Amino acid sequence: MANVTIDGIKVSVPDGSTILQAAQVAGVRVPTLCYHPDQAVKANCRVCVCEVEGQRLLQAACSQPVYDGMVVKTHSPKVVEARKTILELILAHHPQDCLSCIRNQNCELQALAEEYAIRENPFEKMVRGLPKDTSTPSIVRDPDKCVLCRRCVYACSVFQSVNALGLENRGNHAMVVPSLGKDLLDSPCVMCGQCIHACPVGAITENEQIDEFLAAVADPDKVVVTQIAPAIRVAIGEEVGMKTGEMPMEVFVAGLRQLGFDYVLHTNFTADLTILEEGNELLKRLKEGGKLPMFTSCSPGWINFCETFYPDLLDNLSTCKSPQQMFGALVKTYWAEKMGIDPAKIYSVSIMPCTAKKFEASRPEMKDSGFRDVDLVLTTREVGRLFRMAGIDFSKLAPSKFDSWMGAYTGAAVIFGATGGVMEAALRTVYEVVTGKTLEDLNFTFARGMEGIKEAEIDLDGTKVKVAIGHGLANARKLMDQVRAGQSPYHFIEIMACPGGCIGGGGQPLTKANVKRAERIDAIYVEDEGLPLRKSHENPEVKVLYEEFLHEPLGHKSHELLHTHYTPKNKKFL
Amino acid sequence: MAEEMRVVLRNYGKIDPLKIDDYINAGGYKSLEKARSMSQMDVINEVKKSGLRGRGGAGFNCGQKWTFAYQAQADQKYVICNADEGEPGTYKDRIIMENDPHSVLEGMAICGYAIGATKGYIYCRGEYPYVVDILNTAIAQAKEKGVLGNFDVEVRMGAGAYVCGEETALIESIEGHRGEPRYKPPFPPVIGLWGKPTIVNNVETFANIAVILEKGADWYAGLGAPSYPGTKVLTLTGDVVNKTFVEVPTNTTIRQVIYEFGGGIAGGKAFKAVQIGGTSGGFIPASLLDTQIDFDSMAAIGATLGSGAVLVMDETRDIVDVVERIAKFFEHESCGKCAPCREGTMRMHKLMSKVNQGKGTAQDVALMDKLGRVMSVACLCGLGQAAPSPVLTTIKHFKADYDAKLQ
Repeated sequence: MANVTIDGIKVSVPDGSTILQAAQVAGVRVPTLCYHPDQAVKANCRVCVCEVEGQRLLQAACSQPVYDGMVVKTHSPKVVEARKTILELILAHHPQDCLSCIRNQNCELQALAEEYAIRENPFEKMVRGLPKDTSTPSIVRDPDKCVLCRRCVYACSVFQSVNALGLENRGNHAMVVPSLGKDLLDSPCVMCGQCIHACPVGAITENEQIDEFLAAVADPDKVVVTQIAPAIRVAIGEEVGMKTGEMPMEVFVAGLRQLGFDYVLHTNFTADLTILEEGNELLKRLKEGGKLPMFTSCSPGWINFCETFYPDLLDNLSTCKSPQQMFGALVKTYWAEKMGIDPAKIYSVSIMPCTAKKFEASRPEMKDSGFRDVDLVLTTREVGRLFRMAGIDFSKLAPSKFDSWMGAYTGAAVIFGATGGVMEAALRTVYEVVTGKTLEDLNFTFARGMEGIKEAEIDLDGTKVKVAIGHGLANARKLMDQVRAGQSPYHFIEIMACPGGCIGGGGQPLTKANVKRAERIDAIYVEDEGLPLRKSHENPEVKVLYEEFLHEPLGHKSHELLHTHYTPKNKKFL
Repeated sequence: MAEEMRVVLRNYGKIDPLKIDDYINAGGYKSLEKARSMSQMDVINEVKKSGLRGRGGAGFNCGQKWTFAYQAQADQKYVICNADEGEPGTYKDRIIMENDPHSVLEGMAICGYAIGATKGYIYCRGEYPYVVDILNTAIAQAKEKGVLGNFDVEVRMGAGAYVCGEETALIESIEGHRGEPRYKPPFPPVIGLWGKPTIVNNVETFANIAVILEKGADWYAGLGAPSYPGTKVLTLTGDVVNKTFVEVPTNTTIRQVIYEFGGGIAGGKAFKAVQIGGTSGGFIPASLLDTQIDFDSMAAIGATLGSGAVLVMDETRDIVDVVERIAKFFEHESCGKCAPCREGTMRMHKLMSKVNQGKGTAQDVALMDKLGRVMSVACLCGLGQAAPSPVLTTIKHFKADYDAKLQ
């Protein structure tokens, strides 16, 4: 332990602690910008510099280890002068269009400027004047706003092993740029959006499509239908001043009706459906000697990753469309027919935790209904903005139920939102289908939690199935390299592109730290526990769908509407 | 009359640098042999006792540095010779490598033995391709003779970035990354090249090692200034009569360097200023010329010894104009990693340019002074910390030159 004095407050902290950690113990908040709790220390913004007694140089609190007897001043006049000057320098190179910025009131630079009372900046404003990168349907980069903290580069390269973002030029000309390409679309970017969570400012954002939604609800000829992804409910409350998991489902549904949706349906319905299709596909592959291990295919960032980096393993991907796209194909066929609505009038909006879903919906093959299956994808954050725009007071809103035929769901669908959830849901169903027995304990706890790679061997009445779960694409890469080398022991692998699964998706409320992801995961399992039905094959509306329309899993209609194919991407990234 | 003292350049002009036998006949590689008959700690203690401090600019006690690397537990350690001599006006490392490459190799091999490293790199400035040839010839000869034993040396070339002379940026460059400094601590002797304990010393530092072991720490400690013993190779440029290099004991004064070794100001003009230690060195006015060149004496007047470059300016030189060019240099050479250097060097150049064009105000000068003060304590590495030094020292000592240009 080291005894350290922070601003006159004596604390004892473990050896090797940084000044920043010691200050936290002392209850002193040191401002940071490039620091990220889940990333390696960078010490490049120098905003956290502090004065250490006996040293001429100021030391970055994030990187400087303490020693016994160290005396630190975190806001001496010398420190304040340095911090203020550094903030002025950064701001003078920043557009300062805060009022119209997507990160207005949720920006780390703006907060620092407020804290340090930056008023008249002595440095002349000089903005780079670079064009925005709007090449992908998912992510928008505004390099003018970049403060070069490099948190996005770290997220993309270390968490995701995608390396779509890199650095170019040096000095004042240094820039974060798409690697190996002129823009993001031309880079290996998989559109997962983890860079958005990493960005402290508005330099990387989702492709905001609020105006398209407003135009759709204003159009009397459109029947605006929505689907809500499993990971949304636990997180949407964070956008409107509630705690994680606090928003009741029916109140959320009522809020959506206030926004002008004509029908509110649930992606959970097609999550249950996915289990039936994908579970049967796995059993078929096991029985008929199909390509193994089979990979899940719900996560569009993961699909992009596989198409980009593992085009040789595309046959291992389940041919099941993601729940979003199954929903899209069914809402303009089965549901339209059942409701007696002209599918041409249906405007299908999905509410997703994901930026890659915007790309997925725009894939040319995703129009098996005869129309664009999903017309618009809104992220959780965009819906949060719409709720705030509508001035909804959720505490006074009367609950409302989902509309029929594609709104029912089980706990197995709910847990799709967390890493390991698809695996657990699949096992609940596959076990009962294979063994014909009722599963006593529905909780496959090995599949839960933030561990990067989870694995187990499941005994299906004598048939042993080895499964693995990876979340975050750096973990996916480890599992894929094993498969490519012919050394994978697994039959079935679940991959989610984002750390924590969809609850940590690129479209979720801004999530700087993994502890927030773990909180959302907890809320997911609480919801699962509280539901009367927790196995996908028990979903009553899915049963009706098979009886009346699909007839059987992997049948003719399923193939037409619910399954897809994959295409290798640009070879230059291999 | 002060006299040159050739310790580092002991073989200059006496041997053929491309013939290892010349070096051996002059007593070369005997110190390495001697070191290997001693315990590792005894070698380090001898270097420590000599008081030798790094000749690259930071002036850290060399033996102390080696102790850290010796004490670090690791399966591999590295010795790196910093030959990325990028300071404008400095060419002392080139003189050493061109004329006595084996003295550098021997110093590195002694270091390798002392800390337990079997692999060394010489990171040579990209603009010195012919020096790389000389070094490779020397390495090949040393390997053929077997004098280096199990110590392997390889030459790596820089690509022109000034910042790669900073030891951690140099390490990043060898690893194949962008040439950008790392934050410290951890220092390279603990976590360096590929995460292993690494000693990075300057060419001139290594060239001192063999002679210290040969003649003893006490002999060396008695040379020059007690707090920074030994000699320093200086390179004289600018408005001085003798534009040359000299090796002098460290208790020599700046005045002696300019007037006795340099022969005074060229063309019979008056002295105006001298900048010592390279582009980031402070500007020294006539009133401080009797300062000794040793590290601590220079630090006491807000200047540096640095690389030992001595740029003399006569009365006709426009100080503000010179400093603007220096500010432009740092804007160009900043790596862009840390905010105060990336933004600060650019702003400093802009402000200097404005003042130099006669468009500046007293507020601009005050702002440069504040910016320089902040950069010097808050930047991530030595480049950004030292970059404002010419601005700060000229505002201090040559304020009238600025005032004359203000609106």
